[in-house]
Amino acid sequence: MTENDHVEHSKQSIWSKYIFSFDHKMIAKQYLLLGISMLILGGLLAMLIRWQLGYPDEPLPIIGLSDQYMETGEVDGVVDEMWDGWFEDETENWLTMTIPGGVIGPEFYNSLFTMHATIMIFFAIMPILVGCFGNFLIPLMIGAKDMAFPFLNMLSFWVAFIGSIVMLWGFFVPGGHAAAGWTGYPPLSSSVEFSGVDWGQNLWIISLMIMGISSMMGAVNYITTIVNMRAKGMTFFRMPLTVWSLFIVAILLLLAIPVLASALSMLLFDRIWGTSFFNASGGGDPILWQHLFWFFGHPEVYVLILPGMGIASDLLSTFARKPIFGYKAMVYAMISIAVLGFIVWGHHMFQSGMNPALGMTFMFSTMAIAVPSAIKTFNWLGTLKGANIKFTVPMLNTLAFVSMFVIGGLSGIFMASTPVDIFIHDTYYIVAHIHYVVFGGSMFALFGGIYYWFPKMFGRGMNMTLGKIHFWMTLIFFNATFFPMHILGIGGHMRRIANPMQYEFLQDMQWINEFITVSAFMLGLAQIIFFFNFFYSMYKGKKSVDNPWEANTLEWVAATPPPHGNFPTPPIVYGGPYEYGVPDREEDWLSQVTKR
Amino acid sequence: MLDWLPENISTYGMKIDFLFYLIYYITNIIFLLVAGFMIFFMIKYRYKEGRKSEYTHGNNKLELIWTSATTIGVLIIALVSAPAWKEIKIDLPEPDIIVQVTAEQFNWRMLYPGPDNVFGTADDLEIENELNVPVDKVIHIKLLSDDVIHSFFIPNLRLKQDAVPGREIIVWFEAMKTGRYEIPCAELCGFGHSGMLGLLYVHSSEDYEAWVNENWPES
Repeated sequence: MTENDHVEHSKQSIWSKYIFSFDHKMIAKQYLLLGISMLILGGLLAMLIRWQLGYPDEPLPIIGLSDQYMETGEVDGVVDEMWDGWFEDETENWLTMTIPGGVIGPEFYNSLFTMHATIMIFFAIMPILVGCFGNFLIPLMIGAKDMAFPFLNMLSFWVAFIGSIVMLWGFFVPGGHAAAGWTGYPPLSSSVEFSGVDWGQNLWIISLMIMGISSMMGAVNYITTIVNMRAKGMTFFRMPLTVWSLFIVAILLLLAIPVLASALSMLLFDRIWGTSFFNASGGGDPILWQHLFWFFGHPEVYVLILPGMGIASDLLSTFARKPIFGYKAMVYAMISIAVLGFIVWGHHMFQSGMNPALGMTFMFSTMAIAVPSAIKTFNWLGTLKGANIKFTVPMLNTLAFVSMFVIGGLSGIFMASTPVDIFIHDTYYIVAHIHYVVFGGSMFALFGGIYYWFPKMFGRGMNMTLGKIHFWMTLIFFNATFFPMHILGIGGHMRRIANPMQYEFLQDMQWINEFITVSAFMLGLAQIIFFFNFFYSMYKGKKSVDNPWEANTLEWVAATPPPHGNFPTPPIVYGGPYEYGVPDREEDWLSQVTKR
Repeated sequence: MLDWLPENISTYGMKIDFLFYLIYYITNIIFLLVAGFMIFFMIKYRYKEGRKSEYTHGNNKLELIWTSATTIGVLIIALVSAPAWKEIKIDLPEPDIIVQVTAEQFNWRMLYPGPDNVFGTADDLEIENELNVPVDKVIHIKLLSDDVIHSFFIPNLRLKQDAVPGREIIVWFEAMKTGRYEIPCAELCGFGHSGMLGLLYVHSSEDYEAWVNENWPES
């Protein structure tokens, strides 16, 4: 780096440094902030869902929302003017319209679970796992100065930001936000007449299209960067598994998002211009949407879990102080998951009215996808055997990832068996399964990844005592929240119902719902510790050295935090990323840039 | 956990329950093995200052063993599942009685063809949210929807099928026990989804006779 570069950087304005930054690390932090804000929002929505299920149709116990306020919008004679003019009937305000009397009610409940899933999947987990970790780690881990297209990268974030604003806007339009589930099955989603939701659903569609554009820009950037900008000596099979997973995810997004975009366009056309793509009476077919949506939707599930697998593999090897077991098998397993992921979408549709013979085919392809998942699990176990395990906070989260992923994977076999799926389809069993994979899987990897790379991102470490408290509370209350959902599902408890007490056969199980609700609140409280730790450590955390974990990969060679351009000179790679415990060496690690 | 499944009253339900328990035991064994090994490794190989880990990059023989073992395992599960699926959803037995069920927001409209056994004639009878069938007979349900997608779910019969606008889907069951059972909707269908509920009455053959005579007295 020349003297001139330094001068140029110090001259950067706040706008080009913090807002419209081209630097992949700043963009990663922007994604992280967006993701964490949405994670908090999505979590709060989940708390409301749980309140309604634990205590159906009872008013929310919000302090300060007196009965008088809920009925009149006034507290002690002070009119709440905040929402005046937003609605045709100006005497109503947003709160009294949405939750009259503080009771959630079925309309708002439908919006709640729809938006909980939408926000968590598209606006929390994807921005953090793919947007933040992808942007931050890919150039650093492969030894590049930045992404291949820094401008596109900046654009990708701001497009996602606009998409998020559009999605949030939906909460405040008359008719409420989208309420057809995150899967948005038409005709419920395609007709105002059936759902009562007007612009909420339109904004949901438009926002997801915008997010799709953002993801496409990111995917193109990731693929180009990984293919073209690897440092000298960084062969494909010397890349850390995190980079591999993000590479595969980018390809999945590139292939799956156009399908979602076309399905969303058709849905929007059906809604606004009265086309009949999904309208049976006009010659369309509602099931067409399901095929298109799940052709995107199933690879999307792997978009959520693959980066977790990559991160977990890296962290596991680093803290086991042992090479990852079966590196190539891990890579091939991820590739198989990605390929098979495109031919299993029908397992979401076994009871949809799709030809049952086709269901049989999808059962076999779905069973096949269990194989690469099992290979990964066994290889993680193999990594632990004969290791020298350091139980740091990132490692605890990684071990939780592995064990929770095992539960989530095994519970998937029940649904893959078509006859068993007849009973458990659309029940809480599915809800339990998806949360074991996406919370137990993706989220624990996400926590582990943040604890692990935080020092490199911000130059300061997170507080590990708080980290341990957060970890144990999360692990315990996660299981207390989601494990009993299996039992509810086996009891026949349908998902997406606002009030289980309306059914005789579910009344005996209501205590389980109440138990889950209390656990979920505790799980929510535990996350406050994490968010506090995160923002506190950003400014007040202990200053970190360049390589606090004694890890091998290239990001730890760069300064902490890495400057614009990352490396003073382009690094040269001499070996694989997992050379821990090499015999005849004093240290138990061997950086990829060390000559051997 | 094992008695959480609702009581089964359908002829094919026990096959579903059998598969459920089969997978339950298989997955439990795998989970206990994986968790057991994991905990054992975590304790045995916890960090000790100065010790180095075993330097190995994998074992192709092991990869081969667990890949083929898993493949065989899931293949067996798929193969034992296939006949039950075929019996329940593909090869429908000849019906003794046909009832047309039309889902709408937020009701099940049950249409009985009457003594002539033909739909669209004067003796058709429509009853909302009430399905009356005799025990030990093969019942076909002609499933339709008037508006959005619903899902016809009878937990005790282990039966679930989406009702899709524009399609006529036929499902079957044979109840083995008389009684009153609930028919919830299992697919989100709008603000009234929660609480969309029909009732299934499985009558003994005498009671069914009486019910028929009550509704079609002239025949």
